[in-house]
Formats: sequence, C-alpha cells, structure tokens
Amino acid sequence: MDFTLHVWRQAGPDQPGHMELYQARDISPDMSFLEMLDLVNEDLEKQGIEPIAFDHDCREGICGMCSLVINGVAHGQQPATTTCQLHMRHFRDKDSIYIEPWRAAAFPVVKDLVVDRSAFDRVIEAGGFISVNTGSAQDGNCLPVPKDAADTAMDAAACIGCGACVAACPNGSSMLFVAAKVAHLAHLPQGQPEKRRRVLAMVEQMDREGFGHCTNHYECEAVCPKEISRQFIAEMNREYLKAGLQAH
Amino acid sequence: MEVAHATHAEVAAQRQPGRVARTLRSSIGSKTLMAVTGLGLLAFVIVHMLDNLQIFLGQERYNGFAAFLRSTGPLLWILRIGLLALFVLHVGAAVKVWRANKEARLEPYVFRASVRTGYAARTMIVSGMIVFAFVVYHLLHLTFGLTHPELFALRDPAGHHDVYSMVVLSFREWPVTVSYIVAQVLLCMHISHGASSAFQTLGITHPRWLWLKQGFGPGVATFIAAGNIAIPLACWIGIVQPGTGA
Amino acid sequence: MQLDARIPAGPIEAKWDRHKAELKLVNPANKRKYTILMVGTGLAGGSAAASLAELGYNVEVFCFQDSARRAHSIAAQGGINAAKNYQNDGDSVRRLFHDTVKGGDFRAREANVYRLAQVSASIIDQCVAQGVPFAREYGGLLSNRSFGGAQVSRTFYARGQTGQQLLLGCYQALARQVAAGRARVHPRTEMLDLVVVDGRARGIVTRDLVSGAIRSWAGDAVVLATGGYSNVFFLSTNAKGCNVTAIWRAYKRGAGLANPCFTQIHPTSIPQAGDYQSKLTLMSESLRNDGRVWVPARPGDTRKPADIPEGERDYFLERMYPAYGNLCPRDIASRAAKRVCDEDRGVGPGGRGVYLDFRDAIQRLGRAVIEERYGNLFQMYERITGEEPYATPMRIYPAPHYTMGGLWVDYNLMSTIPGLYVIGEANFSDHGANRLGASALMQGLADGYFILPYTIGDYLAGAGPSRIPADHAAFQGAQAEVAGRQRRLLAINGRRSVDSFHIELGKLMWNKCGMTRSAASLKECLERIPQLRAQFWEDLRVLGTGDTLNQSLEKAGRVADFLEFAELLALDALQREESCGGHFREEHQTPEGEARRDDQNHCHVSVWEHQGPDRPPQMHEEPLQFEHVPLATRSYK
Ligand SMILES: Cc1cc2nc3c(=O)[nH]c(=O)nc-3n(C[C@H](O)[C@H](O)[C@H](O)COP(=O)(O)OP(=O)(O)OC[C@H]3O[C@@H](n4cnc5c(N)ncnc54)[C@H](O)[C@@H]3O)c2cc1C
Ligand code: HEM
Ligand code: FES
Repeated sequence: MDFTLHVWRQAGPDQPGHMELYQARDISPDMSFLEMLDLVNEDLEKQGIEPIAFDHDCREGICGMCSLVINGVAHGQQPATTTCQLHMRHFRDKDSIYIEPWRAAAFPVVKDLVVDRSAFDRVIEAGGFISVNTGSAQDGNCLPVPKDAADTAMDAAACIGCGACVAACPNGSSMLFVAAKVAHLAHLPQGQPEKRRRVLAMVEQMDREGFGHCTNHYECEAVCPKEISRQFIAEMNREYLKAGLQAH
Repeated sequence: MEVAHATHAEVAAQRQPGRVARTLRSSIGSKTLMAVTGLGLLAFVIVHMLDNLQIFLGQERYNGFAAFLRSTGPLLWILRIGLLALFVLHVGAAVKVWRANKEARLEPYVFRASVRTGYAARTMIVSGMIVFAFVVYHLLHLTFGLTHPELFALRDPAGHHDVYSMVVLSFREWPVTVSYIVAQVLLCMHISHGASSAFQTLGITHPRWLWLKQGFGPGVATFIAAGNIAIPLACWIGIVQPGTGA
Repeated sequence: MQLDARIPAGPIEAKWDRHKAELKLVNPANKRKYTILMVGTGLAGGSAAASLAELGYNVEVFCFQDSARRAHSIAAQGGINAAKNYQNDGDSVRRLFHDTVKGGDFRAREANVYRLAQVSASIIDQCVAQGVPFAREYGGLLSNRSFGGAQVSRTFYARGQTGQQLLLGCYQALARQVAAGRARVHPRTEMLDLVVVDGRARGIVTRDLVSGAIRSWAGDAVVLATGGYSNVFFLSTNAKGCNVTAIWRAYKRGAGLANPCFTQIHPTSIPQAGDYQSKLTLMSESLRNDGRVWVPARPGDTRKPADIPEGERDYFLERMYPAYGNLCPRDIASRAAKRVCDEDRGVGPGGRGVYLDFRDAIQRLGRAVIEERYGNLFQMYERITGEEPYATPMRIYPAPHYTMGGLWVDYNLMSTIPGLYVIGEANFSDHGANRLGASALMQGLADGYFILPYTIGDYLAGAGPSRIPADHAAFQGAQAEVAGRQRRLLAINGRRSVDSFHIELGKLMWNKCGMTRSAASLKECLERIPQLRAQFWEDLRVLGTGDTLNQSLEKAGRVADFLEFAELLALDALQREESCGGHFREEHQTPEGEARRDDQNHCHVSVWEHQGPDRPPQMHEEPLQFEHVPLATRSYK
C-alpha cells in the first residue's frame, strides 16, 4: 500500500509548526501505524531529513505513551485502539493521512508530534492517591470490597493516561482522565476517608493547568482506547459539588 | 507538628472561607450554574409556550390571560427579575466557559473531524447568542411595542390592550414570522443539547434517570419548537384570524 | 572483586528478621540530609522511591518516559504471586520458596528467594491499601488464579492489567511524596553514567532528553531500577525504550554483572509477521490454561488448520510432557515449539509459529465462558493479526521476554560498588536461570517496598552524609565523557540508521544466542559482534543535533551499549557449559533433548568484572549452596 502523509513538523516548543507532505511506500497492511512511521523515518533519514519525532514505548496499547491525531481523530478511527495498535489494514491504498499532535493549551508541543503531558502528573500529585505509608497496611482480606464496586473501580482504573480525551475534546478538557482517577479511588472503601478533599484538590489542579471545561460532547469517550465511560464525569461533577458546597 | 506530613491535597482542601464561592467559580461550578439556570430558563420557555398556545383558543381567552398576568402586579415583576437574573447568570457563565475553552485549545487541528458530538453541541454559543438577540427583539416587539407601535395601540372590545390581534397581525408580515421561526429552530438546537447536557453536569448517573441525559433534550426541544413555531405559522397562513375590534 | 553475599547467619526462616534487627538505622531527623538518586520508576523504582521518601529521605527520581507512570512494568498482564494461601490449597512461604528455587533451575540464592517468599504477602496488603483494584469474589475477598504452571492458586490479578494497576499504586504513592516535597521526579531524563568517588557511588550524569542538557547529580546512594535488557534481541515483548545502558555504564564503572546469559524466552507471543516488525506482543500465559498447543504432524503441511484432521495433529506439549501438558514452564514450552518448527512443522508466515487452539475449550465450556476469560486477549490478537481466534486457532511463537541476569547484588541489594543498589529486573538476584510467571512483579515490589528501605539505611548510617558536590572533578570528568560520546555519535555521519544496526544485532543474537546456543554459534557471535560494533562507529547516521529532543540519538546511545553488552552475554553463554533454565546449550542435553545441568562445575553465579576497554573482562564465581531445596533435575513429564 502507498499513502500520502501530511505530518505536523515543529522544531521546538516556541517555534512555529507546519504540515509537511511525505510519501509512505510499500506499506504492508499488517504493519502497525507506528511501524509505518518507522519506515517513513528510515526513508527520511536516507534523504538527510531529520526523522519525525513521536512518542511511543510499549507498542501494545498499555503505557499510554503513543499519541497521534490521525485524520482528525485521536488514536485514529478504530474504536478502543491506541495508535500503536492501529494497523494499516484499516486504511485504503493511496489514502491521504493527516497526522497531528495532541492539541491542547495544557499539552504544549515539545517537538513534531511529541507533547508535554506533565499536567496529568500534577493533577495526580494534587490528590490522586490514598495516603498510606508502606508497611502500615492490614491484611488484604480484612477489607472486603463488593465485587461490583471492585469492578467499577477497575473500569475507571483502566485509564492509561494517554491524554486522547483532552486531544479529542473540542474544549481541551481533561474531565474524563480526572474523573476516571477520582472514580477509581472513590468506589473503593480504601478511598473513602480522603474522598472529599481528593476531588476538590484534583479538580482545582485541573483548572489551574488550563484544561477546558467539559460541555458534554463525549468525544473523549468515543476516542478513549480503554472505553472509559462518561458516567464517571457525571459522578465527579456530583462528588465535586457535594464536597465543595458543603458548608462548614 | 511535623508540617511535611500535610500533602498539597490536604492543604488545598482544608476548610477555608470562600469554599462555596470557589466551588462555583471552578470549571464544574460554572457549568453547574449554567445547567441550573438553563433548566430554569427551560422551565420558563415551556410555560411561556403553553401560555401562548392559548392563542388557538381565541381572542377573549388570550387577552384575558394577558390581563390576568398584568393584574398580578409585583408578582409579575418578581418573576421578571428572576427571569432576568437567570438569563444574566446563564449568559455570563456561558461566556466565561466559552472563553476558557477557547484558551484551552489555541491551535486548531488542520484536519477537523468529530466522532460523536453533533452540530448542536458544537454551536451552543452561536445558537445561544442568536437566541439572545432574538429575545431582545422579541421584547422590543411584543413587550415594549417599539417595532410595531400601531399594533401595540390596538384595543379589544373589552377595552384591553389587544395582545391577540397584535400577535396575529404582526405575523402577517413574513420577515417577522421568518425571524421567529428561525429563532425557534436555533432555540430547539440549543435545548436539544443543553437540556440533556444539564443532567450530566448535575451528576445524574442512576440508570433510572439516564433518559434525562439521552432522549430528553432532543424530545423537549422538538416539543418546544413545534409549539412555538405553530403560533407564527398559524397566524401567517391564516388559521388564526385577527380578533374583533382590530 | 569481592563477592561477599552477606547472607545472614541462622536458620533460613529467621535470617531476614534477624538481619532487619541488626541493620543500623538513620536518625529520623537526619534522613532528609541524605539524597538518594533513584533511576527508574517501574514497580521496583517507583515503590522504592515512594517508600524512601515516606521515611524522610530526599529522593531524586529519573525515568526516560514522559511520566513515571509509563515505566515498562505497566505492560505486565498476568498477575503477581504471593504466598497468602487464601485458597487453602496448601500454599505457604516454604512452597513459594521451593517453587521459585526449582523454577529457577537451582541458580538463585536460597536466602534471597526465601525472603522474597516471606515478604510476598505484605505486598498484596500494601497494594490493596493503596487502592489497587484486584479481582474479587462475590464475597468481597481477593480472587486468585493459578498461573505459569503452579500447582496452587497464588496469583493475584487485576483484569489483564495487573502491571498497570500495581504501577499506578506506587506511582500514586510517589505522587503523594512529590506533593509533600520529599521526592522530585525528572521524566524524559536518561542516566548516562555513574560517578564513583573513592570507591563509592556518589552520583550520576544525566541527559535531559528535551533540552539535551547534560548534568550531574550528587547523592549519598544511587539505586538502579532500570529493568531488563531483552531488547538486545531487538524484537522482544519489552517496550521499545527498554535498554541496558544504566547497568552497562555501572558495569564499566566497576559493578559486577551477573549471569547475563540467563534470558527468558516466553512461549506465547504473537509470531513475527514481517521484517518491518518493531516489537513482539505477548499473549498472556493464562491462555495456556484452556488452549491446546499443536502443529501438523507432517512436515511441510500447508493446509488450513480446519482442514487438518484430528489424527494428523501433534499436540506436542501434551505428548512430550504428559504431567504438565500445555502448562509446562516457559523455557520448556518455548524450546519444544522451536523444535517442531525446526522440523518444518511450524505454521504461518515463515513457518515460525504453532497453533494455540481453543476449539475444544469452546466446545466444552461454551463461547461465552471463553469470551469472559480471554475476551480482551482475543480482541488484542485480532487487532494485531486480523484473525478471529474463536474461529481459527491463534498462532504463537516464543519471544525474548525477561532477563534473569543483571548487576550482581548482595543480600542487601547492594552491588559490588558500595552505595550502588540495584533492584527489580535490573539485578540478578532471585530468579536463577528461569523466572516463573507472576514472580517479577513480586520481586520488583518486594525489593522496593520491603527490602531496600531497610538495607539502604544501614549503608547510609554507616557512611554519613556525603560532602561531595556535583562539581567535583569526578563529575566533571564523567560529564565530559558523556558529552563527548554524544558528539561522536552525531559526528559519524555515515549511511546506516540506528535501527538497522539494532535489527542486525538482534537477528544475530536471536539466531546464535537465543533459545538454543552452541559453542560454534556463540563463537560466531563473538566474532561478529565486534565487527558490527566497528561498523556502527563508522557508518552510523544520526541526524539533528544534541540540544533538542533527538530520538535517534537516544537510540544510538542505547544500541551502542547493546553492541558492547551483547559480547559479554555471548561470552557468559559460552563459558556456562551446561543447560539450565533459559540457557540451553545444544552440547548439553539428554538424549530426549532436555536440558542437562552441570551442578558439579556450574552451580554458581558468574560475575563479570570490567577490566578496561582493551582487556577481556574477568569472571568471578559466587558458589551457590542448596540446603533447603535439594538439587534435583527438573522434570515436568
Ligand atoms: C509484556 C510483559 C508482560 C509481563 N507480565 C508479567 C506478569 O504477568 N507477572 C510478572 O510478575 N511479571 C511480568 N512481566 C515482567 C515484569 O513486568 C518486569 O520484569 C518488571 O515489571 C520489571 O520492573 P522494573 O521496575 O524492574 O523495571 P521497569 O518497569 O522496566 O522500569 C524501568 C525503569 O527504568 C527507567 N530507565 C531505564 N533506563 C534508564 C536510564 N538509562 N535512565 C533513566 N531511567 C531509565 C525507565 O524509564 C523505567 O522507569 C512482564 C513483562 C512483559 C514484557
Ligand atoms: C431561553 C433560552 C435558553 C434556554 C432554555 C437555555 C438552556 C440551556 C441549557 C439547559 C443548557 C445546558 C447547561 C449544561 O450543559 O449544563 C444551556 C447551555 C448553554 N447555553 Fe443556554 N439557554 C438559553 C439561552 C441561552 C442564551 C441566550 C445564551 C447566550 C449566550 C446561551 C448560551 C449557552 C451556552 C454557551 C451553553 C453551554 C453549551 C454547552 O454546554 O456546550 N443560552 N442552555
Ligand atoms: S506505545 Fe504504549 S500505548 Fe501505544
């Protein structure tokens, strides 16, 4: 298969970027999208052009490092699939493919298709944890957790923190990510003592980072490679209001 | 006390004065404000529509109801001020959210695509603004009578201000009718996203109430649009005729 | 080189407790005066960094990914072992200890393994308290499964994402310490050298992968938690970034490197589809619980699987290992698959694959049950291959997966360089010549949560706070060396890409030093690696500059290290004249083709010491004694 690629190139954070046109030739339908880019990069290097920078690591859909907007859709059109797991058999021969970085003010471009997602780390630092020191835990089975609560917590915890939700949101909002983290801990009995302060701190950090406000487009849910549900956003709205409007 | 043991989370969430104000100013708070005021406005729009559908019941009934409203005096003013407040808060929050969202996504995608969101959801600020412009026009037209002073001066056989004939006769002018219909289509779009969205914002997750977040918006929006469009349309094509005395 | 394992005296059950009681403590008020440099944020590094910061130490944490949460540990699917005996099926510390020593083919230290089994139970408690959403039964209690051929159900899991959930647990704990100001995380920062002053590890040199800035960090102790080196084979189940650089640079600064030839090949990975392939994807081992492995009985049979009648299929694991069948250990299953493929009975492109068939399980249990158990794995398989495993059998093939070898450490997890600690997959300690399924997560967290925090205090208390600043001459020298190397890589300006060298090295290692090895193949390796290395330094092409994000430059540095390290790996494999665990020497097998260990001559850890650039490394031996699990031939027949 052959493709025409339009790729965002940007030398550095403060430099202007632009789309470049490249050809991808002799691509096997069994290649992953990133393997296709590897090949293109190999070609570019031969021509003396600096290869396209893009983030990736595990290449099996779990580390959340890969991050490309492909034809306008974060991680591409295949549902529940990260870019690294997207295969070229889903494209048509001779297709034009637009490849852009995650776009959000809170995710500044580092270079080409690589962005800085450290805002997510700061949201977690603000309160996305259970305060328990090593060694102070009781026996694991002393705290029964109803199976459905554990399952719901796991549904939320499946988030890989890739940031596709932010990239897809017309408002650059990170509500799905933050909500998933909040819900993961809020559904477990271990998470109860800090439930209130956690949601307040995380939402406020999210705002400080310059993420947008959710206006319920649900694009995030549609592109999420782990199919995190929008219900968690509703839950976080409720928990935040409950916690924030409680008078003391 | 060892200070180092307090984490940011603890510090950030400690009881502080202004907690409630801070909550309302946050992203979720602004959205909540919008949702609550939006639902308030929605309630008004529904009631307002039901009031006006009385136009199909004839001049006497319609004008009588208008007279009744005016007779409530201060109550009407309280309602009007309340409504204005809802409007101001709603628009204020909307503009704040809209601006924050512009800033959160400075650079647009070269290739734009969306997977799930619809036209109505993407154009809320536009439909809202047009509805806002329409409301101003609507007030000038029928409440203050500035656009058609001659119709505003009409009196019915009982000597009341003849609202009925004023409405029917103004809709005989196609530009007026068309502008009302267009505004209603936009209001319909606005509500079809807004009314469902509001329940997501307010945190509804119980399976029993999920319909509020799904079909409710489009449903209630269609209902309102149908009712509100029926009035000018009926006047324009002559199903509803001007009253006596006009 | 002194190899004092410092194993405490006393009965094995009491060693750790007694040792803990004897370790020196650092005064709580003084802890913040000590800076610990933690390289790596996987399960080992993340858990250690959080625990040390909780204790009050000042911790600087480094990783090359853009967030600590993305360390390769995140990819672990199957689960984590612990001797909880919640299932009442006869598990115990002793049994886990026994299984791990035996599974490691008697090449691990008994005392370490015993301690690992002892602390395993606390790991689960800790993780539950942190909110790790382990699978549960309806009664609300923790669920277990049997994994990797264990006879008891001791594996805890969180859907197919155990690694991610455990990692999020320690990442969150670390985030809490960052918020408290006791730990700082430096993502996108790669450690490129270790600084040793007066025989003690005193700091590291890093490169900021975004700005290219090279800088020094001084500390009181350095901990390497940098994972494994499976990517020496280029294609492996590891993440693309996994590398040997950190431990290799430490080796070149004097740390002993143990058993590099102990590499594990995992039997159930999706086979390679083409030359362009960039990595291999693991299919969880749990699939072998219900899937049956087979190949056509006749060589060269190219019929579709559905067209091959039952009588012409060879369920070779069930045939060769009737007692364990499809559940035999990884090394054994892998070699069996290789053998049938070598007999030209392999399936799929290139004939490098065997079937993993769920037909019988679907018939027996129904599709719904299989879907519930393995739905996400089947989906993953389909996504990659475009084939539907409900309808047609999966194809699998062994792939490099884990490395048991690593920097040598004593009982305290300290390397041969005082002040340099090594934890997780990066050290050699607990798995001997073969790791059992669900034991790497256990070891990483045991090291990080429950061992290092005690043992490092002993060293720090003895050494006192370091007064060596980051502008000491040793730092300046190391920094200049690192910068010089970056410049050299950029200056070669030859014709070949980094990947082309990495791929060539990988193929060589896989074919000549992979699942099976022989003196001849290893000698070939030893001849060709230096040639390839020379070519690399002549013909490499890295575009761009060193002062921005430059992914080719990052890779070049790692491949340069692999090109040196590979030689040591082959040398170690050549020297180890026996077959054990993941190390299979063709010369040393039984008539039936099983591994033949040589306890007479090789019951030891091989520890390599760097002798400078132009001299061959020197090998030392740490003898191993087996007092509690008697040396025996592993048999899974
Ligand atoms: C696909 C797969 C599935 C697995 N499933 C299981 C399982 O089910 N059960 C089980 O027990 N084990 C499993 N394993 C093995 C297990 O996941 C690993 O052995 C273990 O997670 C290693 O953890 P670690 O903390 O030692 O290293 P890693 O998690 O690899 O972390 C290494 C860290 O070091 C950093 N680093 C490396 N080099 C440098 C450098 N030079 N400078 C700065 N930072 C550096 C990295 O950024 C990273 O943060 C699996 C492995 C794979 C590949
Ligand atoms: C009678 C008139 C109106 C009604 C019934 C109404 C109703 C609503 C409702 C129910 C919402 C949903 C709130 C939420 O998502 O939480 C909403 C959102 C919104 N409204 Fe209105 N509204 C009206 C007028 C206006 C006007 C005049 C503006 C002018 C700016 C406006 C702008 C917005 C915006 C920008 C949103 C947010 C859109 C989004 O969620 O994407 N609305 N409205
Ligand atoms: S590279 Fe890890 S999720 Fe794509």
